[in-house]
Amino acid sequence: MDASTLLIVLLIGSLATYFSGDKFAGKVALLFSVAALAVSVLLLNAFNAGQNVDVLCAWISQPKIAFALKVDGLSLAMLLLTTALTPLIVFSAFGNDHKNAKAFYALILFMAFAMAGTFLAADGLLYYIFWELALIPIYFIALIWGNGDADERRKAVVKFFIYTFAGSLFMLTAFIYMYQRAGSFLIDDLYNMRLTIKEQFWIFLAFFLAYAIKIPIIPFHTWQAKVYQKAPTVGTMLLSGIMLKMGLYSVIRWQLPIGRWAAINFMHIFIGLSIAGVIYGSIVALRQKDLKKLLAYSSLAHVGLIAAGAYTLTLDGLKGAVLQMIAHGFVVVGLFFVAEIIYRRYETRTIADMGGIRIQSPKFTSMFMILVLASVALPSTFNFIGEFTVLYSLSRIDMWFAILGGTTIILGAYYMLRMFQQVMLGQQNARLFQDVTFNEGVVLVLIIAVLFFFGIYPKPITDLITPSLQNILTFVYRTN
Amino acid sequence: MSTLIAITALGVVCLLFEILNWRKAMIPFTILGLLGTLGMTVCELVDENIGSFYNNMVVVDAFSQSFSSLFIVLTIFLIAMSHNFYQHHQAKISDYIAIKIFLLAGAVAMVSFGNLAMFFLGIEILSISLYILAASNRLNVRSNEAGMKYFLMGSFASGILLFGICLIYGGMGTFDVAEIAELSHSAELPIWFPIGIILVTIGMFFKIAAVPFHFWAPDVYEGSPALTTATMSTLAKVTAMATLYKLLCAMNADVNHAFQITVVVVSIASMTVGNLMALRQANVKRMLAFSGISHAGFMLMALLNLNHAGGALLYYAAAYALAGIAAFAVILYVCKDNDNEDVTNFHGLGKTNPLLAAILTGALLSMAGIPVFSGFFAKLALFSLTIKSGYLFLVIVAVINSIISVGYYFKLILAMYTKEPNQQRNGTSMVYYGVAFASITLTILLGLFPSLVMDLLG
Repeated sequence: MDASTLLIVLLIGSLATYFSGDKFAGKVALLFSVAALAVSVLLLNAFNAGQNVDVLCAWISQPKIAFALKVDGLSLAMLLLTTALTPLIVFSAFGNDHKNAKAFYALILFMAFAMAGTFLAADGLLYYIFWELALIPIYFIALIWGNGDADERRKAVVKFFIYTFAGSLFMLTAFIYMYQRAGSFLIDDLYNMRLTIKEQFWIFLAFFLAYAIKIPIIPFHTWQAKVYQKAPTVGTMLLSGIMLKMGLYSVIRWQLPIGRWAAINFMHIFIGLSIAGVIYGSIVALRQKDLKKLLAYSSLAHVGLIAAGAYTLTLDGLKGAVLQMIAHGFVVVGLFFVAEIIYRRYETRTIADMGGIRIQSPKFTSMFMILVLASVALPSTFNFIGEFTVLYSLSRIDMWFAILGGTTIILGAYYMLRMFQQVMLGQQNARLFQDVTFNEGVVLVLIIAVLFFFGIYPKPITDLITPSLQNILTFVYRTN
Repeated sequence: MSTLIAITALGVVCLLFEILNWRKAMIPFTILGLLGTLGMTVCELVDENIGSFYNNMVVVDAFSQSFSSLFIVLTIFLIAMSHNFYQHHQAKISDYIAIKIFLLAGAVAMVSFGNLAMFFLGIEILSISLYILAASNRLNVRSNEAGMKYFLMGSFASGILLFGICLIYGGMGTFDVAEIAELSHSAELPIWFPIGIILVTIGMFFKIAAVPFHFWAPDVYEGSPALTTATMSTLAKVTAMATLYKLLCAMNADVNHAFQITVVVVSIASMTVGNLMALRQANVKRMLAFSGISHAGFMLMALLNLNHAGGALLYYAAAYALAGIAAFAVILYVCKDNDNEDVTNFHGLGKTNPLLAAILTGALLSMAGIPVFSGFFAKLALFSLTIKSGYLFLVIVAVINSIISVGYYFKLILAMYTKEPNQQRNGTSMVYYGVAFASITLTILLGLFPSLVMDLLG
């Protein structure tokens, strides 16, 4: 067994889902996504046992492109995140009725396939192909199954597509340029090639454009809130839970080691931009009236902090960034699912129309409360560990960064708790709120379990990612 | 050489079928004949059967055979679609089919010439066939207009081309391409030679509709019967492009730096103008005409790397033309009962005919250059070559143009998936489905295994 097994399972799963018909599509998709989770756990075992699970075979001769997949701690962590969230996302969609369900679930699995490929690829062009492939399913998911006015949705989704496509084409240009210099797209050759300072600068910038749009970092974030709002909840979960982690992962994997001169010398600018996103996102979130939009802006703030952690170029910063990527992935999926649960009952996303739910549904309230607290990084939750490590590494660079970045916790606590108060507390709502169903409960409980488990015992993940991050840092700081 | 003879013979046999009144059997027979010819051509390609015939009039090499194979594949698709497209004109079907086959003969002659006279013969055979096809809907005033416009513009271009050939003859004293290539290495070139090359290039720019010689294309594409538009935008365009490449390779045109600058400027202008104009079109055929102009701009990048870009150009041509065929098969199906090809006709296609909508989406994504479709690797190969020859700037312009192009390709995709159907679409035309499916499959296969085609030519 090697890394390609995971991709094959997901791809076959996507096809099988499509051909299983509308009635069984959801169940088939769930089956295959659980199988994919099992495969990635097996990969983890094999990797820990020291087996070689990498893949390297020639694909295209001119220009020379290889089908190269590489597994290390970092990519395994991202794979586990992807394959653990996919079944949850698929399962969470069971409560909704989707038109043309077979295409819907097939697209979800196809997207998981493309994202897993992005995390595995060790050849620049293969990586680019997976990166682009992930864009197509989410485009159609948001476009066809999204909510709200069709015209507005179309505008938002097209803007999103053109933005991301534009960014990644500049990344492609950088890759082709490096290919002309190195004669290969393989990641090791790209790491080891000698680039002049000017070349590194422009390559770093081309990468930055692609990743800053995907993550998003200010000032490239304008597509985000509208798309999160208009996409179906499943699409929002895929986008915020996994897809934006593609951008953060790529910063660590591709941008920092290859454009290392720029990464070291312009560190303050990029950390500053990321932190600007933290503050901006938090302040805008304060004023949101739409639940999904509020969560979108809070996500913008959290992601900005993760990016800042990655750009510190310290082991702590990178570690914190990766931990927080995983933690944020789970918590944001949980929160968007909560928004969906409320929407299923009240058919509204406007915060003002809610309120008075707590009295009717104690179970739901406590689960929601835990997610809110996790999201504001309460100690003993996974998010606390991530944010704390990132803030610590920022303080080592410059105390001000840590102070400004820390506002995310203070402001976050304010707007999240206020949101919770307005949505859940108050006098009993006149409309009946049915407590969570079994299916909904399972998803939330699983997410909460993960958050608590790693919040108390993060060592397995830290041990997994540390060696590979250290390896990347040695490339960044090598002398020549 | 046998390819050319076989194709011409097939055209004559088509006319005989008319006399014998075997019209029903004509299309299957022609397709079988073309498949046989394709097999023969591919065999010659694999065996590397290189040779020249009739005092170097025709030269058969890997380049000519690989492009000929592509042309034959495209013609097979086009002729298969004729079955449905001309079903109300059964009486004249042999004319249509025969003209298409002669057009193919012209195309094959254009890539296997060894002599400028032969090259001119080929281009005239191709052009005259297209003039007739453009005006073939003779009761429709727009088709007449298209035919007339195309004829006037085309003959003007032919005149310039011929003038260029004359100047080259005046400079070099020969029509033979190999001899011209040899003479062009000498230190003192007569001034008539570069002028002749420029004129020939301009003539060919007309044919491939590169800016600023593109004005005929949108009107002609719009007015012609849809199947003729499909022929022009796929077969005719890639033929002219391949011919231009071969011509310039053979005559060592790139010795002059000024020539490369010209190519860069025309390439940038074609991409940009084509894309910007395409954004504003409501008619799908016009939109594809402008998109074709921008693709011509992309293909012109191959001219910056003469003698090394053959494989990349072949691949781009195949990717572009096959995606074009797939798109046109869907367009022909959707617009078969309408008298125009506006975007509104495509509303809700995703609901009424999901398969066709998916195929058209695939074709458009390929043209926009989204991976795993072959259009992406086509652009990749050309970009890679262009950066290699030092034109990073041109590649950045091309990248920006790729982003713009998403705008109009997605307009059509949006219309198919987000609008409500506004008309009944009934009658499944197996032929259109078949052609669309086959060509999109080829597009994806080429995307998964680009080396199959790209390595044919060094």
